[in-house]
Amino acid sequence: MHKKDSKSRDQLLDYLDDKAEWLRREIIRLSSIAGGAHLGGGLSMADVIVAVYYYAMNLKQGDPTWADRDRFILSKGHGAVAYCPVLADQGFFSPDWLNTFNNLDSPFGMHPDMKKIPGCDMSTGSLGHGLSVAVGMALTARLDKKSWRVFVLMGDGEINEGMVWEAAPAASHFKLGNIVAIIDRNTLSLDGPTEEIMAIEPIAKRWEAFGWRVFDIDGHDMGALVDTLDKLPPSSDPTPTLIVARTVKGKGVDFMENNPIWHYAGLDKAKSAEALTCIGNCRPKRRT
Amino acid sequence: MAEQVGGLTYTILDADKMTAAEIYGDVLTQIGGQRPEIVALSADLAKSTKIGKFGEKYPDRFFNVGIAEQNMFGVAAGLALAGFVPFVSTFAVFVSMRAGEQVRTDICYQKLNCKIIATHSGISFGQAGTTHHCTEDLAIIRSFANMTVIAPADGFETAKAVQASVDWKGPVYIRIGRGFEPRVYTDDKFDFTIGKAREMRPGTDVTVIACGTPLVGAVDAADFLKKNDGLSVRVINMHTIKPIDREAIEKAVMDTRRIITFEDHNVIGGLGSAVAEVIADLGKGCAFKRVGIPDEFSPVGYPDDLYHHYKLDSEGIIDTVREVMGKEFEEDEDWQDEF
Ligand SMILES: Cc1ncc(C[n+]2csc(CCOP(=O)(O)OP(=O)(O)O)c2C)c(N)n1
Repeated sequence: MHKKDSKSRDQLLDYLDDKAEWLRREIIRLSSIAGGAHLGGGLSMADVIVAVYYYAMNLKQGDPTWADRDRFILSKGHGAVAYCPVLADQGFFSPDWLNTFNNLDSPFGMHPDMKKIPGCDMSTGSLGHGLSVAVGMALTARLDKKSWRVFVLMGDGEINEGMVWEAAPAASHFKLGNIVAIIDRNTLSLDGPTEEIMAIEPIAKRWEAFGWRVFDIDGHDMGALVDTLDKLPPSSDPTPTLIVARTVKGKGVDFMENNPIWHYAGLDKAKSAEALTCIGNCRPKRRT
Repeated sequence: MAEQVGGLTYTILDADKMTAAEIYGDVLTQIGGQRPEIVALSADLAKSTKIGKFGEKYPDRFFNVGIAEQNMFGVAAGLALAGFVPFVSTFAVFVSMRAGEQVRTDICYQKLNCKIIATHSGISFGQAGTTHHCTEDLAIIRSFANMTVIAPADGFETAKAVQASVDWKGPVYIRIGRGFEPRVYTDDKFDFTIGKAREMRPGTDVTVIACGTPLVGAVDAADFLKKNDGLSVRVINMHTIKPIDREAIEKAVMDTRRIITFEDHNVIGGLGSAVAEVIADLGKGCAFKRVGIPDEFSPVGYPDDLYHHYKLDSEGIIDTVREVMGKEFEEDEDWQDEF
């Protein structure tokens, strides 16, 4: 359901914050079914994916194959646990399916599979591939004279991959302003802080040097996300856009925040309950 | 070769508390104390692959390159050219495919002393799905000239393979699972020689050849079939896929005339194919079956469920052996004259 027509900005932001809170709860619930999940990176991307799916993207509820829809690639495929519930909520499949997570032959595992999940535009999991595929999709839109966009969400550790730096100049070279890339800048990859393992800053300068327009924002501030998405150029624009979303790994569950051991983990009943309480407590204040 | 690196202090007691990957992490760390030329590399998987244990002990000789596998193998080549012995670890899928060409051209072509520990191979990373399963690496990697390919069956054997690889000339690919697989060996009191298969159970009716995770099921199946079906099943642990132990295969053809292979890999190009090549070269008739992933992308699932699904657990192996034994197989009395 699109809320661009919400009565007021405050109502809109409350609606999106509600969705993000719901999504965080889903992540915890599914991690119990799945026997573990990528909690840290799932929680860090929750606000971003909610803003993109419920505010920015042009979609048709319940119609995952609508030809003119905006496309989305979860390049950090291990965020599937924070992605699949959103697709279900868009009406692309029954939310009951999610209860099979990780079980034999389930459509849902640690990484999203487009051949099994309606509404998933690309199978991912091997890091670094998403932006190249986005370039191909964006070229398709150009060839077909269509105005849909391609959104692609990457991890910050993910941009260590050389392939990202082959795709980045291709996007600007081919003048693909219909690409919107987002980096979930939670400062941690699997082994620890990106700046200690393989530094990626200054991110904005690097991408600008590759011919991109860059927004550097707080990725948990729904207002900032909405304002930035409002500033996206028309898809005919020649310059691709990068949003650096500054986030916190494990956001919303205080004992997980900024701690790399929660990159992938399982929760027992007590810890799950504790996590859900934290999520309730951490929800941004209502505006209306 | 294993004797050349001595003085390891890990004990069975330690091993009980450690996963296979942790055992090798410890062993590598200990060898590192004796061999200053050993360096280690990881691509943001120091924890998952346990090579980080070496890094904690020898931070100056450990390089985490971030999530950049192609770069990592190029860097390893540069270090090896100068006489260092890099141990490089990441998931098998990223070694054999993401960085396949760097491994082939930068490392194998030069015959560099680089040792690769490829973890999470086959379907051992069940829930991670197709993108992280790796049922192609044996086919790809064994076709690289100069490469030695080892698929140890458990933590003890992985430790032995790591030790043996240190003094083995040229690149070595050691393929292991996720590290939580059940144990085949009860201790480390066994010989391990690269290129020399181990007979785990003697037998005269049929030979089961396995490597890696399915070996444990093969051994259990042989014991079960002996007791319940009166079958004499030879079990061969073909831990080295290249150079393969031709003699052990030829002997199995002659002695049992029925061979079944089990591997956590696509049936195309892996252990089964390597064994088939030897049988075909020999030119002697032999009932033969390959069991593995039947040329499809494996689905999501918990590893135990997947091994069961693909008949790579003891139950599946028992079924397959019974099926092969139940088949008419025309024995040719004069087969010594063939050729
Ligand atoms: C090519 C590749 N190499 C390694 C991995 C294993 N891996 C999965 S998640 C991860 C860390 C990702 O860090 P980041 O991109 O920062 O994601 P986040 O912190 O948002 O979870 C790694 C190394 C992978 N999936 N793909």
